Amino acid sequence: MWFGIIGAIVLVVLWAISKYNSFIVLRNRIENAWAQINVELKRRYDLIPNLIEAVKGYMKYEKEVLESVTNARAAAMQAKTPAESGPAEDKLTQAVHNIFVVMENYPDLKANENVLRLQEELTTTENKIAFSRQFYNDIVMRFNQSIQTFPSSFFANLFGFKAREYFEVDQAQVKDAPKVDLTI
Amino acid sequence: MIYEQIASNKRNSFLLVFVFTLVIVSACYFIGEAWIKNGGILGIFIGSFLSLGLFLISYYSGDSVLLSSVGAKQVDPNSSSQLYNVVKEMSISSGLTMPKVYIVPDPSPNAFAAGRDPDHASLAVNEGLLQLLNREELQGVVAHEMSHIQNRDILYATIVAVMAGMIVLIASFFRQSWFFGGSRRRNNDSGGGGGILLLLGLIFAVLAPIVAKLIQLAISRQREYLADASAAMMTRDPAGLANALRKLQSVSIQATTSNDAVAPLYFTEPRLHFNPSSLFATHPPIKDRIDRLEHMAYIK
Repeated sequence: MWFGIIGAIVLVVLWAISKYNSFIVLRNRIENAWAQINVELKRRYDLIPNLIEAVKGYMKYEKEVLESVTNARAAAMQAKTPAESGPAEDKLTQAVHNIFVVMENYPDLKANENVLRLQEELTTTENKIAFSRQFYNDIVMRFNQSIQTFPSSFFANLFGFKAREYFEVDQAQVKDAPKVDLTI
Repeated sequence: MIYEQIASNKRNSFLLVFVFTLVIVSACYFIGEAWIKNGGILGIFIGSFLSLGLFLISYYSGDSVLLSSVGAKQVDPNSSSQLYNVVKEMSISSGLTMPKVYIVPDPSPNAFAAGRDPDHASLAVNEGLLQLLNREELQGVVAHEMSHIQNRDILYATIVAVMAGMIVLIASFFRQSWFFGGSRRRNNDSGGGGGILLLLGLIFAVLAPIVAKLIQLAISRQREYLADASAAMMTRDPAGLANALRKLQSVSIQATTSNDAVAPLYFTEPRLHFNPSSLFATHPPIKDRIDRLEHMAYIK
């Protein structure tokens, strides 16, 4: 009888420990992924002034386009949490993209080595942000699911784990994952 | 689907090494028996040693053997070239370790991946491909190669390529010595040696079609379609890969570095004037691949 009760308590404690550890693992992964995204975001903040400096001379009549990028960059740098960053970064992406579109009208710019290098750098940084965002949101979803579902939610509350914010995206701008049909 | 593919690649690789070992050991046994009295034991010993060496080379340095056979040069990770950036993006998207990136000095537009697992993988792109494709299209092709790494297609393909390459090399060596051996026998009538070489020639004549079959298995159509589909998932842009295939279909530049051993690893069939629906084709017809990718783009 007593053995049975002690055995049950031991089992529950072991289960709680394994749950606690899995929360910690996921939380560390989220923090690591967020740090990775921040590295790329910071890289983009550093690249943008260089691009503006490089194209300014050519684009005398495109002041608005350049100003909107500078403003979007300043707004994005103000954002602190993932939920704030998401929309601000999307605006910045859009603004930088506008420069690239306008650049098409300036053949001199498209022949400038320095501008081309900056364009490639910005494109790859943007793609890295987009792909790591996907990864980050996937882990946040797994973490939130595991701390909000019963019975592990009981321990999550006990140990003070809180649901994390998604790095939100304006849905209209995101390319949906293509549906893959392997039957044909 | 992908897990089944990984399991079947591991199984096939094991089976392949097993069959190769069996064939080489038994060949060496018969050679030993024919050469000296009770030489079979020695033959088995040498054969086991030979096949073990062959396996170790193809498993641990198969990718370096293949890369140096086409003269590939590694891309400096600090050069921030577009190719390196694109591979890095795909490694973020797929969660795979960043592979080593190579450029092959070849004007034909093609690419391949090699290595034993995702942590020891290499991705090589021909110069011709970099010149022909824009960024989105290059990304599609790189994602296709990353899918081969993810699905462990590279393990089987690399072992086949190196082992089959060795067999072809040894076979051509014996064909030549058979020829010379035959002429010597006519001169001094010493006998013996010619018989052994005749036997060897027969063994390799039997081996050749088996090797061809293995190469064919290395790149089944199903795994190419699967890699295209995974690539679309990685880039979220099936159109990029479809456009790349369409461009590749329209050009015909003869490959200068590719050899028969590496052929099944490539993104598209490197041999020109090759009927893609023939029995020995290693790749599915490009048109079918484009159709499937476009189907994905439309149903989203």
